[in-house]
Amino acid sequence: MKRIGYWLSTTNHKDIGSLYLWFALLMFLVAGGMALLIRIELSQPGRILLEPNFYNQMVTMHGLIMIFGAIMPALAGFANWQIPLMIGASDMAFPRLNNWSFWLLPVGFLLMCSTLFMEGGGPNFGWTMYAPLSTTYGPPSTDFMILAIHVLGISSILASLNVIVTIMNMRAPGMTYHRMPIFIWSWLITAFLLLAIMPILAGTVTMLLTDRHFGTSFFSAAGGGDPLMFQHLFWFFGHPEVYVLVMPAFGIISEVIPTFSRKPLFGANLMVYAIGCIAFLSFIVWVHHMFVTGVSVYVKIFFMFTTLLVAVPTAIKIFNWTATMYGGSLTFEPPMLFAVGFLFLFTLGGLGGLMLGIVPADYQYQDTYFVVGHFHYAIVTGVYYAIISGVYYWLPKWTGRMYSHKLGAWHFWLSTIAANLTFLPMHFLGLAGMPRRIPDYAVQFADFNFVVSIGGFLFGIAQLIFVYLVIENAFFKKGEKATSQVWECAKGLEWTIDSPAPHHSFLVQPLVTKSPHHWDWD
Amino acid sequence: MRRLENIEKILLFFSTAFLHAVPVINMSEGVTPISHEIYNLHMMIFYICLIVGVLTFGVMTYTLMKHRKSRGVVAARFHGNVLLEIVWTIVPLIILMGMVYPAAKVLLDMEDTSKADVSVLVTGIQWKWKYDYLDEGIKFYSNLATPDAQITGDEPKGEHYLLEVDKPIVVPIHKKIRFLFTSQDVIHSWWVPELGIKVDAMPGYISEAWAYIEKPGIYRGQCTELCGMRHGYMPIVLEAKTQEEYQMWLDNKGKDLAFSPTGTQVMMNMPAQKAVDFTNKKEIMDKGVSVYKANCAACHKDNGQGAPPIFPSFVGTAIATGPPEEHIKILLLGVKGKAMQSYADQLTDEEIAAVITYERNAWGNDNASKYGKYAGSIVTPEMVAEMRVKLGLKGGQ
Repeated sequence: MKRIGYWLSTTNHKDIGSLYLWFALLMFLVAGGMALLIRIELSQPGRILLEPNFYNQMVTMHGLIMIFGAIMPALAGFANWQIPLMIGASDMAFPRLNNWSFWLLPVGFLLMCSTLFMEGGGPNFGWTMYAPLSTTYGPPSTDFMILAIHVLGISSILASLNVIVTIMNMRAPGMTYHRMPIFIWSWLITAFLLLAIMPILAGTVTMLLTDRHFGTSFFSAAGGGDPLMFQHLFWFFGHPEVYVLVMPAFGIISEVIPTFSRKPLFGANLMVYAIGCIAFLSFIVWVHHMFVTGVSVYVKIFFMFTTLLVAVPTAIKIFNWTATMYGGSLTFEPPMLFAVGFLFLFTLGGLGGLMLGIVPADYQYQDTYFVVGHFHYAIVTGVYYAIISGVYYWLPKWTGRMYSHKLGAWHFWLSTIAANLTFLPMHFLGLAGMPRRIPDYAVQFADFNFVVSIGGFLFGIAQLIFVYLVIENAFFKKGEKATSQVWECAKGLEWTIDSPAPHHSFLVQPLVTKSPHHWDWD
Repeated sequence: MRRLENIEKILLFFSTAFLHAVPVINMSEGVTPISHEIYNLHMMIFYICLIVGVLTFGVMTYTLMKHRKSRGVVAARFHGNVLLEIVWTIVPLIILMGMVYPAAKVLLDMEDTSKADVSVLVTGIQWKWKYDYLDEGIKFYSNLATPDAQITGDEPKGEHYLLEVDKPIVVPIHKKIRFLFTSQDVIHSWWVPELGIKVDAMPGYISEAWAYIEKPGIYRGQCTELCGMRHGYMPIVLEAKTQEEYQMWLDNKGKDLAFSPTGTQVMMNMPAQKAVDFTNKKEIMDKGVSVYKANCAACHKDNGQGAPPIFPSFVGTAIATGPPEEHIKILLLGVKGKAMQSYADQLTDEEIAAVITYERNAWGNDNASKYGKYAGSIVTPEMVAEMRVKLGLKGGQ
């Protein structure tokens, strides 16, 4: 084990990538624990464990930490490890900035989590922080949350600048944009998206802060402001944010499926165009989070149109992945299991999204458990599955050791059964009339809620298998040594170097002559 | 034929058995033309998703079963097909654009709130609803009626646990009702699934929706926008009556017809409440504690300690032990920009006087040697009425 000083000052992309990933795992366990507290409270009607105010704090922190603390850092961890390895660069473009953007995270989350111990409790208005609940009515700790969001925002902006500059300037000779692996494409587009939206979030929460303390009334009707304005600003950030989470996930899946299908990615160019198209559309759909707020009917029709339009490039991606597998020679190692799980369950989440896009029907779905079920399919069995798939895919490259495929398979099947047990009944609860973010509910919702709680705990237990597996693999060096190729049909520069990847890789620049998505058969 | 009948019987048995065993899993069809249209749209998009899902998952499953390395399959050699890709870009596009048209039609229909027979202004307040019949001059508040003991589990839960109120909104059937929504504090959302209406109640805004209810009944809903601590305890109960019954209710100024929150309607007058004797401290305290539990305890807690700094404590604090005038003022006016709302038209002078007296005497606040001369004073309804005049407020309910 190296000293703390080493980790505080490291500028090596592999070290920083590992720090990001371990931090994400820790935050995932913290926020997952909060989800389980919520599920205990909701396991049957009546007050069981949490006071309503604390329940609201758990709902808020679960969302904030999962999004900003678990998923985004995990994807940043992939960016740090994989971008230099896949484009044949020796490190990221700005190594010191890279160190800085990671170490801002623990600072931000220390601030964020400390709010729970303050007088009046932590933020209790949901991760969406709608004004005026978060301004006039918010607890004093809200200011700390705002500061934490600023810190995390700076971290994200620095990291995405680093990603953009690295990809644009440090590709190995011969790696044109057309020869770039699709995972790199997905992160390049994501980084631009982040650069566009994080300043908006920063501005919005600053307006919250000045409303709270300096009498600006941006979001207060009484002072000439507008509470609806907050929602416009928040969702102008918030909707692209969803795609910030999901696009690197698309990238990972697009790397994993060809390897285990032993077939190149079907329509690789169209896959890149589809990502670009989704990125563009993500900026013009935000009002679909606000259909019941009373915006003008023509605005609703416009946003219904654009929302449904997003389904087209998304469908292209699903169809192309299916076509990649079609006619392949499939094997089901843990990365592929999770990729196939992603394909099925993310599609389910997507279909739910389609239903939500129909405005009149959305009046019945909005702010119910139907929405909660929908976005957990998209984020848990979508983005989280892709992250796990990516970890299983590249872990032998990172640690030099193979892990137990049997345990990986157990992790997959338990998670999949549990996830469906948790998130499918939520749709029924929503349709039957259960609003979201309530600490207690009417007796007719009791049966499904019990099932959901069982599923939630099972899902939590299943993730402990993963924790055990990575700790054993990374720290105890169990398992057989991995070759540099690792997987039979894996293509790309990262598979040309040793496993584990040496501390300084590509000291001699490799020469790229073709795209990893074009295979020569001879 | 005989056998067919038997099968029918068996099917009928199972279907009724399932009706009881399986909880609701689909959207309610509702009782208004709009809610039927929403239901139809919902089912249409659901079936489209079902077909798309079955086809996509079918191909995926086929591939997963057939094209396995373990079956000795050698991977095919292709990495694209322009025609196929064009097809699966265009086809979803056409299907989705086809969906926009009927949805937009329903939407435009929903927006038309003109020519309404009854208009009700719905105001969301932390954590209750206020209904204001604009043409009839009737207004009242609607609070959760589920007792705290059911929530904490000290009493068994009733049939309509958390979905019952002390005074429901009453509307006639076969009339166009226009609802206007606004809020006094934070954003709330008024949802009654059977009406197909969910609209945010936002401070500074007035939003609209309309309903034409087809059959009489009691329809229940909840607040659906996180609005603070007691967001989950803010139900809506709407009673749709026939024309005659609604007229009777109007004639009684919406007051005398008793409503039982548990569902069965009883046509009788509420027992007249006995006036509190303000010379008998025990009687005031008894009245005070019941008003306190119904209106104050949710935030300020049974022990009066609240949850500072959001919900201030009463125990030994300046307001509860200082001059009673300030205490009365806060109840009548509320605290601007805080969750503390005005109770001027929610409580009667007698109730306000009783609850203030309770707060000033409970939890050791009556200790004059500790808190000074105002501690433990008794507030009478006359003092409240006087303050109302001073502040320029109208009389109580």
